[in-house]
Amino acid sequence: MASKQFDIKTYTGFKGITLLCLVILYAPLVVVTIYSFNASQSLTNWEGVSLRWYADVFTGPESAKFKTAAKNSFVIAIIAATTATTIATLAATGMVRGGKFRFRTVSFGLISLPLMVPEIVLAVATLIFFNSIGFERGLLTILLAHIAFCIPFAYLPISARMQGIEDSYEQAALDLYATKRQAFTKILLPLMMPGIISGFLLAFIVSLDDFIITNFVKGAGVETLPTAIFGSVKQGIKPNIMAISTMLLSVSIIMVTISYFVSKSDNTK
Amino acid sequence: MAAGAASGGSATTDTYKEARTWLLLPAWVTLAILVLAPVIMMLIYSFLTKEFRGGVIWEFSLAAYDQFFFDRGLFGDEPPKIEWTYITIFWRSIWQAGAATLLSLVIGFPTAYFIATRSENMRPVWVFLITIPYWVNLLIRTVSMKFLLRDQGPLNDFLMSIGLIDSPLHIVNTNFAVQLGLFYSYLPFMVLPIYAAVERYNFALSEAAADLYASKWTTLRRVLLPAIKPGVFAGCILVFVPSMGSFLAPDLLGGAKNFMIGSLIEEQFKGNAGNWPFGAAASMILLTMVLIILMFSARQQAKADKAGAE
Repeated sequence: MASKQFDIKTYTGFKGITLLCLVILYAPLVVVTIYSFNASQSLTNWEGVSLRWYADVFTGPESAKFKTAAKNSFVIAIIAATTATTIATLAATGMVRGGKFRFRTVSFGLISLPLMVPEIVLAVATLIFFNSIGFERGLLTILLAHIAFCIPFAYLPISARMQGIEDSYEQAALDLYATKRQAFTKILLPLMMPGIISGFLLAFIVSLDDFIITNFVKGAGVETLPTAIFGSVKQGIKPNIMAISTMLLSVSIIMVTISYFVSKSDNTK
Repeated sequence: MAAGAASGGSATTDTYKEARTWLLLPAWVTLAILVLAPVIMMLIYSFLTKEFRGGVIWEFSLAAYDQFFFDRGLFGDEPPKIEWTYITIFWRSIWQAGAATLLSLVIGFPTAYFIATRSENMRPVWVFLITIPYWVNLLIRTVSMKFLLRDQGPLNDFLMSIGLIDSPLHIVNTNFAVQLGLFYSYLPFMVLPIYAAVERYNFALSEAAADLYASKWTTLRRVLLPAIKPGVFAGCILVFVPSMGSFLAPDLLGGAKNFMIGSLIEEQFKGNAGNWPFGAAASMILLTMVLIILMFSARQQAKADKAGAE
């Protein structure tokens, strides 16, 4: 015990709390995943493993609603994440490779604005904006709103990556008579790929997951997966919701894992 | 996550200086039209007259703010009294967000410290484990929490089967359930900045304190804590701010008695209340509070940076 007293970095109980923290974080997700395989009609009783609720999602009474919602969600997420990543890549180049300029701080503030404004406030503001210019609510309003709040999520990993890449590669290319455009597309962009992919995936997940803003700007009858799930949950949690949740949370976890390993990979060497 | 990757600026070069305006233009235009203009329009709407069943009439009015702060009786002709209904809802939101922040700090601080003192190879793995759940749909996480905590849910089943309790604990539809939901929503925001601060901390300082016969807890309190204060502060802000305006946790876990700002605002646009100027005014008040907190925290951060540089 005496030696432990002098190990100044270790505090009794901290490890326990960390493990407790992981249990709290994962328990709800694990429990829902397990119960999504429950054969029982009721939520409480366990009656053995079955895929019936997964089948119910695809063929059950609510399947048409979920199919349309899933299609909307994925189409919006792909377009919003692609657009936001393109805008963010250009902006990061301007910010990180554009030298010092007067509007740098303002530009950074503008880019991170969607992170600072509370989500519900952004939702209200966007709804009011579309209403004031007479823009009819529907899929397009959802898409535009998603592009805006995806930008900072794509921007942060991209600019972090660019700050880690020395400009000597581009300078070498320029010295060898490459144009600026060539230095950008042939040197910087390939080196940036891990950051860009990581940014794209994060933007994709954030778009796929958004409920609050979508709920405000969607037109009547237009649903994405989260709003469809919320509508169902309001009438009580049903087993098919757990199956659909398990599928959606798997998509998120797979994408984050890919993003993690891609952003760690180092292709500058 | 916003805190760690922010600003930077160390490795800026001017390779694409001439193209800078064109590179930044798409971001400026998109965000100015889709974020800045909407917030300004919301400010304008909060001073307009309400149209029944949603929408506004373009006529200047202070009615929304008046309704928020003053009670003038059923027909609006009595002398104004302070209206407590909405102030209470805001106060409850602050209180709930504060409790969730405290809960996150109590669990998040030891966790962050533990991770930061692991070997260099293991740290990213731990950080990854803590952040994964954050990327799972917030709605699904909140629904999962509700399912776990239900009276007939797996948690109560488990506690009863091991004989710890005789009858189910009623957790859902209490203040505590909301706090737990908020804690669950934003915990990584507490852990990451504290982790970053502890990782940079020079443990020679703690050793010096120990050599001078400071006990371990004294060292933690008087040497480590002051050094990593900016990280702790950032974590608290990052949990408190989104908690205050949250909608899903209070809506799904709290029930009608535990109404928070988010639900009040939502009701004006999606629910039965249908009072857009009032919803815009409540949003403006929330936004103002958040901006004050963020400005205050930016000043604290600048002060800490200055102190660190000296």
